[in-house]
Amino acid sequence: MKKWIAFWNILLKDMRTYYLKPPNISWGIIFPLAWTGMFLIRSGSGLDSIPALLPGLMAISILFGTTSMLAVTVTFEKKNSSFDRLLLAPISFDLLMLAKTSGAIFFGIVNAMIPILMASFIADIYVSSWLLLILAVFLIAVVSTFLGLLIAVAVSEVFEAQTFSNFFRFPMIFLCGLFLPVSKLPIFIRPLSYALPLTYGVDIMQGLIRGGNFMSIHMSFAVLTAFCILLFSLSKHFIKKRWIS
Amino acid sequence: MDKTNIDIAVQNLSKSFQVVKAVNDISFEVRTGELFGFLGPNGAGKTTTIKMLTGLAKPDSGSIKTAGIDCSRNPKAAQHLIGVVPDESNLYPELTGYQNLCFCASLYGIGKAEREQEARRLLEAFNLNEAANRKFGGYSKGMKRKLTIAAGIIHKPRVLFLDEPTTGIDVASARALRVMIEELHKQGTTILLTTHYIEEAQRLCDRIAFIVSGKIVVVDTVHNLLKHNEGKHYLHVTHKGKNPDIAERLNAKFGTMSFSFLKDNTFRVESSEPINITPIVMNLEEWGVDVTEAKRITPSLEDVFVRITGLEADTMRKDKEKKGGAK
Repeated sequence: MKKWIAFWNILLKDMRTYYLKPPNISWGIIFPLAWTGMFLIRSGSGLDSIPALLPGLMAISILFGTTSMLAVTVTFEKKNSSFDRLLLAPISFDLLMLAKTSGAIFFGIVNAMIPILMASFIADIYVSSWLLLILAVFLIAVVSTFLGLLIAVAVSEVFEAQTFSNFFRFPMIFLCGLFLPVSKLPIFIRPLSYALPLTYGVDIMQGLIRGGNFMSIHMSFAVLTAFCILLFSLSKHFIKKRWIS
Repeated sequence: MDKTNIDIAVQNLSKSFQVVKAVNDISFEVRTGELFGFLGPNGAGKTTTIKMLTGLAKPDSGSIKTAGIDCSRNPKAAQHLIGVVPDESNLYPELTGYQNLCFCASLYGIGKAEREQEARRLLEAFNLNEAANRKFGGYSKGMKRKLTIAAGIIHKPRVLFLDEPTTGIDVASARALRVMIEELHKQGTTILLTTHYIEEAQRLCDRIAFIVSGKIVVVDTVHNLLKHNEGKHYLHVTHKGKNPDIAERLNAKFGTMSFSFLKDNTFRVESSEPINITPIVMNLEEWGVDVTEAKRITPSLEDVFVRITGLEADTMRKDKEKKGGAK
């Protein structure tokens, strides 16, 4: 019970201090709107293209909402040593990491819901399984957050966290099938696409919203889960190695 | 020593950073309810030792037991029993004083009603009531230190680690903090305090370890350490003008005394016999050195520190200046 009091309060503090601040809330709304507008203008096919745009839009919203937020907040706390308070708390390391990442995961899920809510007002959106869609959104949020955690461990300054996040995020946007299906990418780039977790998340969502997935949904879920475990384990390993050395 | 009354037991603890041996094979014990001081200059290994004892750094070798729990392999095992006040105030700048205390209490699993009550009690006790709802980022240095100590004890730890608690704050706040530390000590909390203020260690601590270059040079009670001064007499001389031969001449003339030269035209005379000021002053005047002050000084812990560690007290003073502290 005691450890859950700690877990809940770490999560609550992060939500209040970082995620539920007006700039972040407005970012969560403006960002998907801007991307939608950009894609609509670019495609020239009007509202009909929204279902095609939605999976990518949701994935980008999650990726951008979670990765840098977590990387920046953890780096900031590490920099001013307040993160040491958490390391001194009598809770397991795993639980502490989960508490720190839960806020970003939640923020990512909310970010993904905004485009789909807006889209449902202006276009006919058909989702073959809402349960699987929510599960996919959750896993993308988890994997993006853990990527942010890994970035936080690798850097020591807040500006480095931002730069490093972009180093991962922008190539990912172009390689994970958002703009161009993976099958149409040059053959020598494709292995890189398959090494990116977002490729699998986007494919699941494309399958559920448009029926256009090119990999098995079960396999994509399995790969996404494996990425979550791998990134969490790597982050944990490097945090112990770098911060408790 | 009765092992049941030992709250911290450290055996052969070592820690290196690349080629620098920060802590070099140290062993010591802190008794239950004792206020134990770690006294040494900056870079002596005080903070690294505290980090290892609290689980923020991994020892290269050695063992640590806190309240009988072996923390060498699992530092988390005793973290519910300890409180830590780091050398820099590290609470959350965007939270108020009250929110910071409540949050820190929650990390130890303390329920809402209890932590709110305890936060209010500590804010009152530390005279921070009026600043309770102000953001920590806007606090003065002294207020930050007070709140950081309050955050370190909100869960009523059995063992408290205080790393340089009065460094970098004004005189009045430092005094107030020392009173608080004495109060905690009276209440029975075991305290390990690191400081480079010799007077602070002398005033507060039951026992003191002198630590220099990662090694403990001596551990003893203040009373026993001061015994090193028995039969010693000191004279502090301030003069104008410079004479390059002054050290040589003094040593030649007063062979039974030893002279240590400090900065700003001052030197100290040490002797096992009572010192007669007149011949020293007269000789100096003869050699063209204008003596402005010559006073006998009562031997202090500082003199013991200088004698045992071989470090000039100046080294510690420079540390103070670097850290911008007030005594």
